[in-house]
Amino acid sequence: MALLDICRHQDWKAILTPFGAQKFSVSCGSEVTCDEFKVPVGVDPSKFMNTFSEKDGKLKLQFNHGTTTLAFKFQHGVIVAVDSRCTAGKYIDTQYFKKVIEINPYLLGTMSGSAADCVYWERVLAQHCRIYKLRNKEQITVSAASKLLSNMLAGYRGMGLSIGSMICGWDKKGPGLYYVDENGTRLSGNMFSTGSGHSYAYGVMDSGHRYDLTIPEAYDLAQRAIYHATHRDAYSGGTVNMYHVKQDGWIKVSQEDVGELYQKYLKERK
Amino acid sequence: MEYLIGIQGPDFVLVAADTVAASSIIQMKHDYDKMFKLSEKILLLCVGEAGDTVQFAEYIQKNVQLYKMRNGYELSPDAAANFTRKNLADYLRSRTPYHVNLLLAGYDDHDGPALYYMDYLSSLAKAPFAAHGYGAFLTLSILDRYYKPDESVEFILNLPAFNVRLIDKHGIKDLEKLPLATTSTS
Repeated sequence: MALLDICRHQDWKAILTPFGAQKFSVSCGSEVTCDEFKVPVGVDPSKFMNTFSEKDGKLKLQFNHGTTTLAFKFQHGVIVAVDSRCTAGKYIDTQYFKKVIEINPYLLGTMSGSAADCVYWERVLAQHCRIYKLRNKEQITVSAASKLLSNMLAGYRGMGLSIGSMICGWDKKGPGLYYVDENGTRLSGNMFSTGSGHSYAYGVMDSGHRYDLTIPEAYDLAQRAIYHATHRDAYSGGTVNMYHVKQDGWIKVSQEDVGELYQKYLKERK
Repeated sequence: MEYLIGIQGPDFVLVAADTVAASSIIQMKHDYDKMFKLSEKILLLCVGEAGDTVQFAEYIQKNVQLYKMRNGYELSPDAAANFTRKNLADYLRSRTPYHVNLLLAGYDDHDGPALYYMDYLSSLAKAPFAAHGYGAFLTLSILDRYYKPDESVEFILNLPAFNVRLIDKHGIKDLEKLPLATTSTS
């Protein structure tokens, strides 16, 4: 089984790689997972990425970057809200993408940046959190989980990863919210927003945020902030997925289409 | 732009750093601490590229602490500064150089206070006063004009958005809420 494979001691070094392929080995902060990505002979990941991101290059790859995600702490825990549009350049892949990964019943991770990178690395983080719980018989703290992710990403500095993630949870120290990105930035705070629409969300969220919000007020604020970001940012849209992290775990509050929210807020104005 | 300043007095070093963690136009945190405590009497102030600062500073911090665990006594500020510079230099021509600008401030029980200026090209200079960031363009001339090594001069930055700390023979002290520009001669 997958977990058994990871935990078993492995003698990978004894295996010869086919065709003399080079192994790019990068440690990710734990000796458990085998993090060696095979790369064809003579290829350096950073240079490889550069050829695809040159501005006037013929081969410009368009990564899925558009998003708005936000999270804030208040007296009753942490609210997490994200949009669900996935774009590749000017093409919309899907309007219903899940940008929140449920790491465990107490931890959530949001995704912005490159969809593939986020989905993969947050799943690796979820693996580590599970192994931590098995080894130590207690839930991993939000601080430790975010540090694990941050250190994993720091190993791939300069190789073109694009991840802007918020790790949200409730542990023995109370509600926790950390922002982690591909540069290796890791910040603890009360309020963050990421993605192409983050500035629009900050505008609404900052203006309406107070620590002593009631739960319905907090839900409304989070939903409005994402809605306003989707209204102005072309790369955000679809639906607003909202979660609430409480002491006994997270709950999924709602999933509402932004078109319907538009009609709802329009009526309120009149 | 991030700002650091350090001033050495006759028996202390005064250091201050701004507390903003920004990402292009957005201030992500306004209470961010840029000082890393290497030991009881050494502080490392670190600014620069986003993840590099924390990764590099924590690496130095843990290694200095490891030295103490292994050998039973702490690295002196001079040794810590040279160790830091060597690491910066080693990474400079690697695939992943660390783009960080540093100030290392410490108090050695034998040699007294010391302030070291380091930049991302791994230059190292022991200086009576030093600053990093755009603010340095303004403050260095002020310090050139008014600094005197023997005077117990305390230049204080009153802006609420600064973390100010003092290192002397007693250790590291937080000096956050201080009144404006008082100068006293010893």
